[in-house]
Amino acid sequence: MHPAIQGLLTIAFGVGGCVGYFYLSNIILDTLIFPARGKDIARNIRRANMVRPWLFLLPALLALGLYLAYPVVETMRLSLTERLPGGGSEFVGLANYKQMLAEAKFWEALQNNFLWLLVVPAASTAFGLLAAQLTDRLAWGNIAKSLIFMPMAISFVGAAVIWKLVYDARPPGTEQIGILNAVYIWLGGIEPQQWLTIPFWNNFFLMMVLVWIQTGFAMVILSAALRGIPEETVEAAIVDGAGPFQIFFRIKVPQIIGTIVVVWTTITIVVLKVFDIVFAMTNGQWQTQVLANYMYDKLFVARDWGVGSASAMMIMLLVLPILVWNVYNARREMR
Amino acid sequence: MNAIAGQKPGLIWALRISVILLVGLWMFPTVGLFVSSFRTGDQIATSGWWKALFPTEQNLTLRTAAPDTQVQEADLFVIEGNLFEEATDAKISAWGTNAREIDAYGPGDTAELRGGERLTVAADGSYRLQSAQEMSGGRGPRVFVSALVPPEFTLQNYETILISGGSTDNLARAFFNTLTVTIPATIIPILIAAFAAYALAWMEFPGRALLIATIVGLLVVPLQLALIPLLKFHNEIGIGKGYLGVWMAHTGFGLPLAIYLLRNYMIGIPRDIIENARVDGATDFQIFTRIILPLSFPALASFAIFQFLWTWNDLLVAMVFLIDATGETTVMTKQIVELLGTRGGNWEILATSAFVSIAVPLAVFFAMQKYLVRGLLAGSVK
Repeated sequence: MHPAIQGLLTIAFGVGGCVGYFYLSNIILDTLIFPARGKDIARNIRRANMVRPWLFLLPALLALGLYLAYPVVETMRLSLTERLPGGGSEFVGLANYKQMLAEAKFWEALQNNFLWLLVVPAASTAFGLLAAQLTDRLAWGNIAKSLIFMPMAISFVGAAVIWKLVYDARPPGTEQIGILNAVYIWLGGIEPQQWLTIPFWNNFFLMMVLVWIQTGFAMVILSAALRGIPEETVEAAIVDGAGPFQIFFRIKVPQIIGTIVVVWTTITIVVLKVFDIVFAMTNGQWQTQVLANYMYDKLFVARDWGVGSASAMMIMLLVLPILVWNVYNARREMR
Repeated sequence: MNAIAGQKPGLIWALRISVILLVGLWMFPTVGLFVSSFRTGDQIATSGWWKALFPTEQNLTLRTAAPDTQVQEADLFVIEGNLFEEATDAKISAWGTNAREIDAYGPGDTAELRGGERLTVAADGSYRLQSAQEMSGGRGPRVFVSALVPPEFTLQNYETILISGGSTDNLARAFFNTLTVTIPATIIPILIAAFAAYALAWMEFPGRALLIATIVGLLVVPLQLALIPLLKFHNEIGIGKGYLGVWMAHTGFGLPLAIYLLRNYMIGIPRDIIENARVDGATDFQIFTRIILPLSFPALASFAIFQFLWTWNDLLVAMVFLIDATGETTVMTKQIVELLGTRGGNWEILATSAFVSIAVPLAVFFAMQKYLVRGLLAGSVK
């Protein structure tokens, strides 16, 4: 069957199935199981209304349970087992974790991930805040914002190609076609540099790609927060003789600090999961490995499910504090 | 800020210039890709794309016409024509007949070739090759030319990528595969999530708060954890790698955000509307389909854009759940990664294919930006 037809059928089946399920299950509930007539009418309606939320939730809960909750448990189990050659698996305790901790590549990935965690959220938030503040009252600010926001729509892979062109190096003596080397030579550099192969610093060239993408996100959110600051506070500061920098750092930033934290944590999550950029640009060579790519290597290149799952649990462990913090905040708001 | 800036015109200008610089900096890499996709491989390799708008000095290797086109004039055999196959405004500054001396002659000079032929090349590329004996051989002699070539743009790359290219270069199939992944993966989660969001927003039942907290938690669970368990699961139920698997995976991974966004939006719908409908005898199902769903259109649109961008741009989920060993079902992101490996130096192929893959999301982005921003604000600042 042609995939396009299969796709159309899936849409029809998926949408039709959903609508059919919701419609029929409600009818069955209201007319067959707890009919709203007869002597028990009040009790039946009450019972029907107790069951109904679960009818509405059922497909979502099944999908969430199967595709997100179950894998967390299963990955944890896999990280404690070893696949046997003939099929099946055996419990090996923490052996996979021990093996992982003994690998230099793992420590390199962990170290790089921390570097990413330090730099990318900070840089994206700072650039985003700068862009939001600068474009705030500009007549053409919205156009400027939409252009800075644009990389959000570009895939990590597309961005990797875009930035590889920026970092491109041609042999010495010939004309440079990567802007970074062109500028470097123009500034007096002698040899064109293979930027992505210089250990340690190449991490920053990779991070730049993510900063470039995430700045727009930070800007949009922070820009809305800046708009929400009460005029009076700024006016009062002007009357008191505050300069523009004082107003920004002493009046505006403290009022949007909550939003800054949200932006920061959101980008932190993105950073922890960063995979495509490293995979497409260096594939972890030249000491640029990160956890997500390390995990992919273990799972699908080395086919070592045990260590792969252990490194996935490592990512989960790093995400956990933010998860708890988000849940805590969400619960506090609901009260 | 106006009040302060108004007192200092210098500050306003500093502000404007820094915004222009920032936007320029952010646009520059993408513009580079865009411009490069309209240049030939030679042009990209010999000069930076930022020079594409100006004439460039290039070294070219050209050939005269083949000996079988020679005509006899009195006792001489002559080939005449233009070294440039297509009409251009290129100006030749120097030329040579030997790869070691490519600038031995100026325009208008006459060179004597090894076989005794005499070659004259003018600045516009027209030449005259004459010989006392009849010339033989399959191809005309090579001519090395240094020429000032005016900017030139071509659609050839797009033709290669979309229509004529070989299997590794042709992106047309991957384009349709990506589309096939994206559309069901965008539509199906919306419906499932909308019902769940309604229940979480407007129905009273025990455990509701706990469920909402769970969904907030699942929002950040890395999908990396799901890869192996789900691949195992797909193999066990017999769907293996394929479209069905990738649609289901995207549906599952998209649901937390969908439910969260839609619930946040639905809870903002005035309670009166819903209470009135209840009093008038509407069932929950009717309230949902007739009132909530139409009113939630902006939130539905926001999520649809997110999910579309995410599934279109995705690489990892497609590699794990869709693309099998045959590569029949490859998506654009995967093909571009492969091109990066095999065609690392062929920027005309790379730039064009990358631009083809980002063109659709960019179009969606600029057309629906309003909803995207709204969705971001609803999804984050809470």
